[in-house]
Amino acid sequence: MTSPPAAGVTTAPAAPRSRKSVTGTRKAVAALFLLPALVLLGALVVYPIGYSLVRSFYDQSGDGFAGFDNYEALFTDDSIRTALKNNIIWVVFAPTVATALGLIFAVLTERVRWGTAFKLVVFMPMAISMLAAGIIFRLVYDQDPEKGVANAVWVGVHDTFAQASAFPKAHPGRDSPLRAQGGGFVTKEPVRAGDRVTLPLVGVAPDQMPDSAKKAVAPQAEPGKITGTTWQDFTRGKGVGTLGKPDPSEVGYAGMRIEAVKDGKVVASTKAADDGTFTLPAEADGAQLRLPAGNFKEPYNGLDWLGPSLVTPAIIGSYIWMWAGFAMVLIAAGLAGMPRELLEAARVDGANEWQVFRRVTVPLLAPVLAVVTVTLMINVLKVFDLVFIIAPGSSQDDADVLALELYRKGFAEDQPGVASAIAVFLLLLVIPVMWFNVRRLRREVRR
Amino acid sequence: MVSTSSTHRTRRAAQTAAALLAGALALSLTACGGSDDDKSSDKPSGTAPGKEPGTSLSLPKLNGTTLEVAAVWTGAEQKNFKKVLAEFERRTGAKVTFVPAQDPVINFLGSKIAGGKPPDIAMLPQPGAIKQAVDKNWAKPLGAEAQAELAKNYSQGWQDIGKVDGKQYGVYYKAANKSLIWYNAKVFENAGAGEPKTWKDLVSTAQTVYDSGVTPFSIGGADGWTLTDWFENVYLSQAGPEKYDQLAQHKIKWTDPSVKEALTTLAEIWGKKDFIAGGANGALQTEFPASVTQTFTGGDQPKAGMVFEGDFVQVNIGETKAKVGTDAKVFPFPAVGDTAPVVSGGDAAVILKDSKGAQALATFLASPDAATVQAKLGGYLSPNKSVDPSSYPNEVQRKMAEALIAAGDDFRFDMSDQAPQAFGGTPGKGEWKDLQDFLKNPGDVAGTQQKLEQDAAQAYGS
Repeated sequence: MTSPPAAGVTTAPAAPRSRKSVTGTRKAVAALFLLPALVLLGALVVYPIGYSLVRSFYDQSGDGFAGFDNYEALFTDDSIRTALKNNIIWVVFAPTVATALGLIFAVLTERVRWGTAFKLVVFMPMAISMLAAGIIFRLVYDQDPEKGVANAVWVGVHDTFAQASAFPKAHPGRDSPLRAQGGGFVTKEPVRAGDRVTLPLVGVAPDQMPDSAKKAVAPQAEPGKITGTTWQDFTRGKGVGTLGKPDPSEVGYAGMRIEAVKDGKVVASTKAADDGTFTLPAEADGAQLRLPAGNFKEPYNGLDWLGPSLVTPAIIGSYIWMWAGFAMVLIAAGLAGMPRELLEAARVDGANEWQVFRRVTVPLLAPVLAVVTVTLMINVLKVFDLVFIIAPGSSQDDADVLALELYRKGFAEDQPGVASAIAVFLLLLVIPVMWFNVRRLRREVRR
Repeated sequence: MVSTSSTHRTRRAAQTAAALLAGALALSLTACGGSDDDKSSDKPSGTAPGKEPGTSLSLPKLNGTTLEVAAVWTGAEQKNFKKVLAEFERRTGAKVTFVPAQDPVINFLGSKIAGGKPPDIAMLPQPGAIKQAVDKNWAKPLGAEAQAELAKNYSQGWQDIGKVDGKQYGVYYKAANKSLIWYNAKVFENAGAGEPKTWKDLVSTAQTVYDSGVTPFSIGGADGWTLTDWFENVYLSQAGPEKYDQLAQHKIKWTDPSVKEALTTLAEIWGKKDFIAGGANGALQTEFPASVTQTFTGGDQPKAGMVFEGDFVQVNIGETKAKVGTDAKVFPFPAVGDTAPVVSGGDAAVILKDSKGAQALATFLASPDAATVQAKLGGYLSPNKSVDPSSYPNEVQRKMAEALIAAGDDFRFDMSDQAPQAFGGTPGKGEWKDLQDFLKNPGDVAGTQQKLEQDAAQAYGS
């Protein structure tokens, strides 16, 4: 801010002198003023780039010349290839989605009364560091629905449509008359009318039993009918107790569905009473009793957000959360500078709002959209912190991007040569995008 | 004021006495102290080594010296260690700064040394790292005082793993007993289960816990090292110490039948998705601290009944309401083969910048004085046999420490810590990653072996 007037002051007394000497001093002064910047640039930008380039041609210890070996590793090493693949996904999706969302936000907020407040809220994530955002999203994507908000919502939606069952972990204990079949359990032997059947299971903690459950009682025989009991054959603190017989403190599986199956067809079905007893009619004679899978459905645990397959999209989501606000602000600025007459003219000509948006607003905003997308692309190529923090150790390999792989190769695996090669490769990737941006800027200036 | 001056006087008296007693051992130190410290040389006892009443340890006066100690410890561990450093500062007058390092520590030190500013002392968690540091000429051998202190307080086995080519470089300041299974006492009581002695018992205990309605195991699979520790305990007990050493040095291949047997045994627990809290996928996203806390929170219905790991688990138990010894109990890793395994770990202090101060600090860390300070704070085991067991804050801790000392030289050091870092100590790579994949897919023993061998060959070869 202060330098332009200062420069003006120094040139003012020089004016009366001859033109030649003036330019002469100017050159020296210019060099003098440029020197600090040049030294800094040289030391902090040019030298590291140059050294990385040199280092990338040397082997691990830095003593022997390795030729293009490190660059060969770029395309043969498995983890670098995963990183490359993920980087492509990032570059394709993150900037476009962020820009698209930014455009939508910008256009819509122009029309609402509380637009500024809304913009403020959308822009706010930009005020947080990448590291903090990473930690936030590590929690958001936590597997446990009680901790991770993403899974809490997902499970909530899911459970509205599919109820969880009462006995998710129940399973046959030792020497059980039951065997597993298709997620449920079925008796090994067919039952006969007049039989008293016991269907013991274990694995349901007492405090997870339905509230209505009462102490289990042994079945009473009824002629012509099949009676039985299904209960939790496990006494707290004692283990199984009397195997296959209800002990005093053991509780019946209230509400357990029981089906009698003959030749693959359900011939009768019932529900266990609060004390676990049930009665089946005579038709069930000769059938096998089945506790269908519906009784044992595991509670839905949500998506594996940070598992191998979803981890990259999940992290891209958090990136968009941060950067959509940035896109919105730039696009809104472009929108503000747009000639209103054109929009008015289009409306007068009978275009509807969608047509105005599609045919007038977007084409006029194209240069801004391009700048935003390209800037985000450069930003995305170097993404590191979000991936490093959000991906748990077990799926870091699957979420790998080039910048992270550079760090891992250089600092965790002690392969500075390969790491330098990745750095050079990243630089090469950024150059065309930068060139595009610089060229656009020049054209803009010329105009 | 009166009391301070009187203690000051007694200390001075003790110092003079100690100067005579310390004799040849402290001779070089006192000589150095005299020439360096001209401020105190005019006082009569200025050249005497700093000496606390009731200990045989003599430390030089180091006023004006600054030292840096690098270690990867965080949280409570770091806080407690800083108290030990403060004690050193108090006794010698030196200023010691703790430099937080990150894993892998050897690469962290590499960049520090490349930058020309190595810490004076680094805590290296692996014997492999000590060897690397020696090979690269970073580590400086211990002086006579530190060696004497070490010989006095450490068993031969613990001295030897700090040696490279017969020269003593490392002082194992901290030890870990990695052959423990912690359990929620309430869960075991509800299930009517007892502490198992053999692997078979462990599996049936797990079944009993599962029958009672609680998932038996919590595994912090997001951190690969918890998985390598599982494997090492099974392998050490099943294949025996000789094979263990051979595998650690990669003299036998990972495709060896003994590895197959160990992995198959491991799959008896890892392979049952109902036995692991959250199933394999859940475990792979659970970090070690969470794997502990979820075992000891939730009243009668914790996420799991048991969690396997070393003595340091109690630091994390401290974050819950559970009390070690009553709510959280521990049993030794059961015998898979003939004898129960004792896998240990530890952090060794290695001098990177040789100086009087660094040598004095190494000596101090080898002494029972330093270990006692941290032992009292809990969550810490010392391989130092001169530490009084009563310094440990609770029964559980005391038992573990006594077991460690009693094991004498029969312990084996953590195998993945002996392996090259790229294989045994890098998140998402090598053994860590391969065992994570095995946890996810426990049926694929042969494939896991192949992957392990491939990664090991690459890491040991380079």
